[in-house]
Amino acid sequence: MERIPILKMGEFLLVTIQVDMHDRLAITLQDDLTEQIVKHRAHGVLIDISALEIVDSFIGRMLASIASMAQLLDSETVVVGMQPAVAITLVELGLPMYGIRTALDVEKGMTALRGAISQAGRDGDSSRIG
Amino acid sequence: MPTANTRIPQIFEKREKEIIERWLDQQQATGRKLTGGERELVNRQSREFIRVLRQALERDSTGDVSGPEWAGVRDFLLDFTAQRAKDGYSPKETAGFIFSLKLPLFSALRADAGADPKTLADDIWLTTLMLDELGLMTTDAFQKTREDVILRQQKELLELSTPVVRLWENVLALPLIGTLDSARTQVVMQNLLEAIVQTRSDFAIIDITGVPVVDTLVAQHLLKTVSAARLMGADCLISGIRPQIAQTIIHLGVDLSQVTTKATLADAFELAMRRSGHRVIRDTPAAPAP
Amino acid sequence: MAIRVVSADSMPIRVSDDIVLVRQAVRKKSVALGFGLVDQTKVVTASSELARNTLDHGGGGSALLEILENGTRQGLRLTFEDQGPGIPNIDLALTDGYTTGNGMGLGLSGAKRLSHEFELWSKPGEGTRVSILRWK
Repeated sequence: MERIPILKMGEFLLVTIQVDMHDRLAITLQDDLTEQIVKHRAHGVLIDISALEIVDSFIGRMLASIASMAQLLDSETVVVGMQPAVAITLVELGLPMYGIRTALDVEKGMTALRGAISQAGRDGDSSRIG
Repeated sequence: MPTANTRIPQIFEKREKEIIERWLDQQQATGRKLTGGERELVNRQSREFIRVLRQALERDSTGDVSGPEWAGVRDFLLDFTAQRAKDGYSPKETAGFIFSLKLPLFSALRADAGADPKTLADDIWLTTLMLDELGLMTTDAFQKTREDVILRQQKELLELSTPVVRLWENVLALPLIGTLDSARTQVVMQNLLEAIVQTRSDFAIIDITGVPVVDTLVAQHLLKTVSAARLMGADCLISGIRPQIAQTIIHLGVDLSQVTTKATLADAFELAMRRSGHRVIRDTPAAPAP
Repeated sequence: MAIRVVSADSMPIRVSDDIVLVRQAVRKKSVALGFGLVDQTKVVTASSELARNTLDHGGGGSALLEILENGTRQGLRLTFEDQGPGIPNIDLALTDGYTTGNGMGLGLSGAKRLSHEFELWSKPGEGTRVSILRWK
């Protein structure tokens, strides 16, 4: 069964989504990610969607789901690499994408994560659900 | 439309050569002066037109030019008109191609009429109706060509009038001039997002000083643009909020609480610089030499 | 001048892999029609939403992809049909953010926003037919 690979990048985890996701794959990814976050005590997750030419409400819900779940595990998430055509379509589609942090690419994503983690640390409240 | 069979097909059979010659003379007499090459083209086009016209008349001699048998003629005229429009001919000169065929055809019909004035009258009537329809067809086609050009120019203008300016290594500015309708918003978003990708900017300042009216729709378009930029990881600031606009926005109940707004582009730029950790320091002037 | 159907292709929507196939087919057609990238993305995304609805809420069905011509204008029309439970309250279903608990609402209103024309027919107990159209 195909799985989406999760790479360890220093203190962060990197997930690169390259295929057209279907339901089983999405659920498997969430399960795997949960496991890896706990296993590596990762404080940040980067989800690279630069290869995705389509992001529909299913993918949107999956991303939001991952972000919420990661936060419960004291980890911040950032979605990186959204294609311009996808961003314009998402805005038109009306998908809120609230509470999902986004950045241009992996490098900026890591900067954003470091900022978010230190912010969460300062706030002292790691069980906040956003 | 008269449905009686006309003698036109037979007229062409008998007198095609002389009709074409007279037609070319007539075109030259009533049209503009042509170069050798242009005259060559007109000759070719005229012969081609007579060819497709005869074909159509063979299949349908009622002269109903909207029928399927006349598709060849219609296609020819569309191409012909497009060519003429491109070469700078006027609509009158283009329709003139068709109308100048009347005289040679009438002459040929009359020469062949013998002693029957009624048949001649019918044929002339038919010919006039047919050529009028075809002439008007070129006028419509000409109009359409013009409209296509205007549409294309509008599109180009739209793209030119939404420039994205790089103020600093990671700060972009988008000075909007004019109205912000939904078509323009699409172009604005595309240009802005592409610029964000290319320059890897963290900030985008949308300046609306030059936007005369900000109503609910415009506000929505602005918010859409801000959301799209955010998805690309860039923070958006809106500047150029005039006092009247600020009032309108409050009255409309538009929620701009998620967006940082500043009165001037300069203020927004300063804020963007601060947020990205830049400080502007002025060099102290060197002390004068003793 | 009347609207002419230049081509029509039907595709089944029975399993979740079919949604991917529908997206790919819609992408192919919109590229052939010469849609710009953003317009392509909009119509493919809309088709993904509606195909998913057909599968998740309609119990499966079919998608019809048609290329239309209206004079010199060309367009892509997609029709999603199922014989499922139908939508009891269409107005409510088209309200932004409305969800039956499994997120159908956004799909319908979202697809509508991404298209130039939108038609919805549904009868509880009989099925649903959604049609979207995007002109070049």
